[in-house]
Amino acid sequence: MPQIFVKIDAEKCKGCNLCVEACPKKILSSGRDARNKYGYRAVTANGSEDCTGCLNCALMCPDGAIAVYKRQ
Amino acid sequence: MLPLFEYTKGMREEHTSYCPGCTHGIAHRLIMEALCERGELGRAIGVVPIGCSIVAHNYMNVDMCESMHGRAPAIASGIKRVHPDNIVFTYQGDGDLASIGTGEIIHAAHRGENFTTFFINNAVYGMTGGQMAPTTLIGQKTTTTAGGRSEAANGKPLRMAEIIATIESAAFVERVSLDSPANVRKAKKATLRALETQKAGVGFSFVEFLSTCPTNWGLSPIASLEWLRTDMIPYYPLGNFKTKEIGR
Ligand SMILES: Cc1ncc(C[n+]2csc(CCOP(=O)(O)OP(=O)(O)O)c2C)c(N)n1
Ligand code: SF4
Ligand code: SF4
Repeated sequence: MPQIFVKIDAEKCKGCNLCVEACPKKILSSGRDARNKYGYRAVTANGSEDCTGCLNCALMCPDGAIAVYKRQ
Repeated sequence: MLPLFEYTKGMREEHTSYCPGCTHGIAHRLIMEALCERGELGRAIGVVPIGCSIVAHNYMNVDMCESMHGRAPAIASGIKRVHPDNIVFTYQGDGDLASIGTGEIIHAAHRGENFTTFFINNAVYGMTGGQMAPTTLIGQKTTTTAGGRSEAANGKPLRMAEIIATIESAAFVERVSLDSPANVRKAKKATLRALETQKAGVGFSFVEFLSTCPTNWGLSPIASLEWLRTDMIPYYPLGNFKTKEIGR
């Protein structure tokens, strides 16, 4: 189980992909799933072990859709 | 579970009206994170402009006041003089601050008003549909410069941070950019230092954020960050233009 994981709030995400671009480990991908209630396709996190918790995605998100946690 | 990053309590849990990828949202978050970290959320008073961020009071979790176009510095001056112990700030776009409100910001700095201005330079009038701003770059196409801004017809863009830095009573002036995680981290530091300047009563503090407007630039959010880097930063150099010592 990955120690660090990225949580996306699919209702807040506007699908701008700034986080996808900012992630050095390519953990995030553009949304292909159903649209949220505002009509945006939220990005998804692949839950990979590669995440280092650099927070680049969260720093670039203009919409507060990203939280990052470490399992203890 | 240990949170490494959670959205700041300084922002309300609202869906913002900003376009996808617009970096107004990053600027909002940084200012609110800084106020939250300094324990000033309950005591900060913001003044919002006319422009896309006219609605910022719906999102920033502090007391806020609307202003007429370009007049936020006058209102902030009054609020700060009546409430000297509260952190007071304005949040203004380049149409608001560098065009209709140029006189207001110059004289707030000139009087050394002890508040902080966060200036969002996205090189265009966003809210009204992408007209030329005083900060629009030479050659940049806007709805009022269809062939690109020309120096002969429109002059060269205003560099507000440099202008404010020449004013004696301005105490802290820095230009930052929201184009990358590293620059967002620097922008946060400048925001904190501006607030410290105000807290110490040293004088007027000013942070210019280079920001994107994907909608009116006609670019994707990612291409907008790239344009900011390749076209805006060379004309608007990043860095600190002025820091008056905070007396101990
Ligand atoms: C007195 C007055 N003049 C003009 C306008 C029209 N107007 C609304 S917003 C705006 C410019 C906004 O641009 P900017 O300050 O760059 O903010 P942005 O929307 O790009 O964030 C203008 C000219 C107005 N509302 N009031
Ligand atoms: S940066 Fe935020 S709003 Fe943009 S795609 Fe990523 S999670 Fe969604
Ligand atoms: S019009 Fe431009 S500045 Fe306004 S919210 Fe949209 S992208 Fe942001």
